[in-house]
Amino acid sequence: MLATSSTFEANARAGLANPILQRALALMQSGFPERRRLAVERLPEFEALRDIGKSIKDHTLKHLDFYLELFEANVIASGGQVHWASTADEARAAVLQICRSVDAKVVTKGKSMIAEEIGLNGYLEQNGITPVETDLGEYIIQLRHEPPSHLIAPAIHLMKEQVADTFRAQHRSLEPARSLAEARQLCDEARAVLRPQFLAADVGITGANFLVAETGSSIIVTNEGNGDLTQTLPRVHIVMTSLEKLVPTLEDAATLLRLLARSATGQEFSAYTTMSTGPRRAGDLDGPEQYHVVLLDNGRSALLGGEFQDMLRCIRCSACMNHCPVYAAVGGHAYGWVYSGPMGAVLTPSLIGIAEAGHLPNASTFCGRCESVCPVKIPLPKMMRYWRERQFAEKLNPPVYRAALSLWAWMARRPILYHAIVELFSRALGWAGRDRARFRTLPLANGWTAVRDMPAPEGRSFHSLWSEQQKDRTGK
Amino acid sequence: MSEGREQILAGIRRALKRGRLDAARETALRERVAAHRRNLVPARATALDDAGRIDLFVAMAEEVQATVARVASPAAVPEEVARYLAAENLPADLVLAPDPSLDDFPWDTRPLLRIRRGRAEAGDAVSLTPCFAAIGETGTLMLVSGPGTPKTLNFLPDTHMVVVNIRQVVATYEDGWDRLRSAGAMPRAVNFITGPSRTGDIEQRIELGAHGPRRLHIILVDDRQKAGDGEDE
Amino acid sequence: MRVALFVTCLVDLFRPTVGFAAVRLLEAAGCTVEVPRAQTCCGQPAYNSGDRANAKAIAQQVLDIFEGYDHVVAPSGSCAGMLRVHYPELFANDPAVLPGAQRLAARSWELVSFLVDICGMRAVAARWDRKVTYHDACSGLRELGVKDQPRRLLGSVAGLTLKELPGAETCCGFGGAFCVKYPDISDKMVSDKEAEIVKTRAAAVLAGDLGCLLNIAGKLHRHGRRIEVRHVAEVLAGMTEEAPPIGVPR
Repeated sequence: MLATSSTFEANARAGLANPILQRALALMQSGFPERRRLAVERLPEFEALRDIGKSIKDHTLKHLDFYLELFEANVIASGGQVHWASTADEARAAVLQICRSVDAKVVTKGKSMIAEEIGLNGYLEQNGITPVETDLGEYIIQLRHEPPSHLIAPAIHLMKEQVADTFRAQHRSLEPARSLAEARQLCDEARAVLRPQFLAADVGITGANFLVAETGSSIIVTNEGNGDLTQTLPRVHIVMTSLEKLVPTLEDAATLLRLLARSATGQEFSAYTTMSTGPRRAGDLDGPEQYHVVLLDNGRSALLGGEFQDMLRCIRCSACMNHCPVYAAVGGHAYGWVYSGPMGAVLTPSLIGIAEAGHLPNASTFCGRCESVCPVKIPLPKMMRYWRERQFAEKLNPPVYRAALSLWAWMARRPILYHAIVELFSRALGWAGRDRARFRTLPLANGWTAVRDMPAPEGRSFHSLWSEQQKDRTGK
Repeated sequence: MSEGREQILAGIRRALKRGRLDAARETALRERVAAHRRNLVPARATALDDAGRIDLFVAMAEEVQATVARVASPAAVPEEVARYLAAENLPADLVLAPDPSLDDFPWDTRPLLRIRRGRAEAGDAVSLTPCFAAIGETGTLMLVSGPGTPKTLNFLPDTHMVVVNIRQVVATYEDGWDRLRSAGAMPRAVNFITGPSRTGDIEQRIELGAHGPRRLHIILVDDRQKAGDGEDE
Repeated sequence: MRVALFVTCLVDLFRPTVGFAAVRLLEAAGCTVEVPRAQTCCGQPAYNSGDRANAKAIAQQVLDIFEGYDHVVAPSGSCAGMLRVHYPELFANDPAVLPGAQRLAARSWELVSFLVDICGMRAVAARWDRKVTYHDACSGLRELGVKDQPRRLLGSVAGLTLKELPGAETCCGFGGAFCVKYPDISDKMVSDKEAEIVKTRAAAVLAGDLGCLLNIAGKLHRHGRRIEVRHVAEVLAGMTEEAPPIGVPR
């Protein structure tokens, strides 16, 4: 997917100025966080499970080569095939080759962020194959030619009127005067329009929330049932996934599944949690004839053993962005690529480079709410800070900013000078603001005073007052 | 593609600053997998007795808009099916899983039910399947694919009915995994189904019946003896 | 107990009243308070900007200056968090300095949580007839667990009623350099905070961090609102008659 992360500031401004997006974001804020809170309250073991989930992932990552080999062996033993793709190019080529081998015309897709990452849809279309998104949110944005704006709810930036407009414009064979005023009607229409596509598809592509090494299985966690129809009806099932989705055993998967739905939507368990292992068995009346797992690296193995390894624990629940005040202000598109919110701020620079994605780890107050809700305890602010350290080391910050920082640090290490200057400023600004006690404008502080007043200092610094007080106590 | 494989594995080992794990370490990891120890399991379902677990299953399933009908014996299943279809104003056509566990219900007591055995096809409105287990913890049905249990029955029709015997109700997913392992090789698909299909993709408003079934009806066969049923699963 | 006051650069420059309130409260709790003269900054601006070298240099200075006290107390969750949580991280790979950083971290506290959790303070003698609301500053809340303690002590202030702020735990948009690096986003966040404060119909809003308070006060005043903005320490120390609220002339 083409990135626009470098224009984050403009993207963010557009998001802030978009009244429909702002309404949609307000809806999100009143939904997900409260539901998660209730679900967590209902499970006394939730906090303990977070620690266990973290340690399962850490253990797996530390031995990822072993577990990948075990996974592959079990996929093959159950009749499937594994394709190892170091790069996006290799992954796309693998998918195309599989599609061509069965002369595929139509491919249905369950939601896959990996597929977004490698730009699969556009590539298939260029090669004469029609991809059809079947997750309702993904379907809507496919019709609108928009990228997803959220990890699990790709169309969360839209209100129902926009969906209705899109359906009316795109489903041209349906009765133009039909009512699409309610979400119910929109869902029914999507169901009816997509059902024939499910049945016509030659290949079905799903993502994977987890891969289980013990059995060579892939697990998808959905609510709509589209992922299951996608992987059951066509002749070929392709699982598009990445290295770090692996867990060792079914029991490990159960633990993480207990964390996932609660953290994502506040559900106890998703409507459909499906484990698939290989193609149809002898005697099965349905199911795909071929099962392929495309394992994508695309920069993930490079994160192992380094400062960003913890990011590979991510189970793609979206709790971080659901609780992020920056995401809630600007929406997912502002981040400019596949992954948004706090997890996007950490992951995106490692996948597309800090030069392109530099704004993302900087557009954070480090409020820490993301880390506090992450089911696998990823220290997101800490890793955003690591990115800032790399930028600083590579001198990627604006020169004025670096100069101001250097000056501040230089002064802070010279207490006598520092105190004199602070006293000078507090007197000068205190005097300048003596009538109103606040400034509507202040030189060099336009970023602040454009939208808020600056309270004036009290007129003396604490240290100067304290010294005087101490002298008064002891001197006289 | 094996080039990609070697590249990726080498990249992983390079990043972790080691070579391939030694034999002792690999053995230990294999043992860890073979032991598949349970991690912390919530007490919600495990702390209950049989009756409590069954009640929990029903309560949790109903919470997510599955409907549950308790019948006292397998013989009452066809009657419940007919009753439900009439109550929901659905035609009396259904496709039944070809699984032998559904053979012995007295379908001939309900001759107006038009039954087909097999997988689901486009246009099927109602299906009836057995289940492999029922998880009390979250009111979740565990269904596995096989010659008698084609997966399309769980997803294509608008209405999905599932027959559950109380002896199939277990506490946790881990209990389900244990049963699955003792049943033999992994099936192609294991479905954990918790309520009917739904979406919140439009303005966060939950609508049922996105692509999968709009209705999930659970027929719970509770043929416990009145007192002292010593059966313990 | 011999306590060193970590003044914080914002208190030093903008509002010494907060520092004096802290001293008053600490002395009321039975501490002897000293203010090491050579202190300047905790190093957080450098740290959060990725300037690890300067952050460490400043931190090293802090370690030297604050050696030897029983406790180090700051009227700020973010500065106290820097000392308590981040100094050990800064020196994690520095075996020579790490022990000193850990020692300081173990003795460093945010003011109100120190008073309640360490000194065992349960009530204050202050009076303030106001309906107030309270903003939970992020660092204090999430790094240091400051939540119940200010509410407990505010509950003992005669004449004061506390109306909980919906979204009290939501960031106000200050974030240090963030508010000037991303002013549009910061403005949205502080505007949302303002709206919640106004809806409570409280006469005053309090918090434990001056950065948040300057941000919130600046926004309220830009819109001509008369809601008083004060640091919680001023109220607990009974100093509301001695100094006007933030941004209000004498």
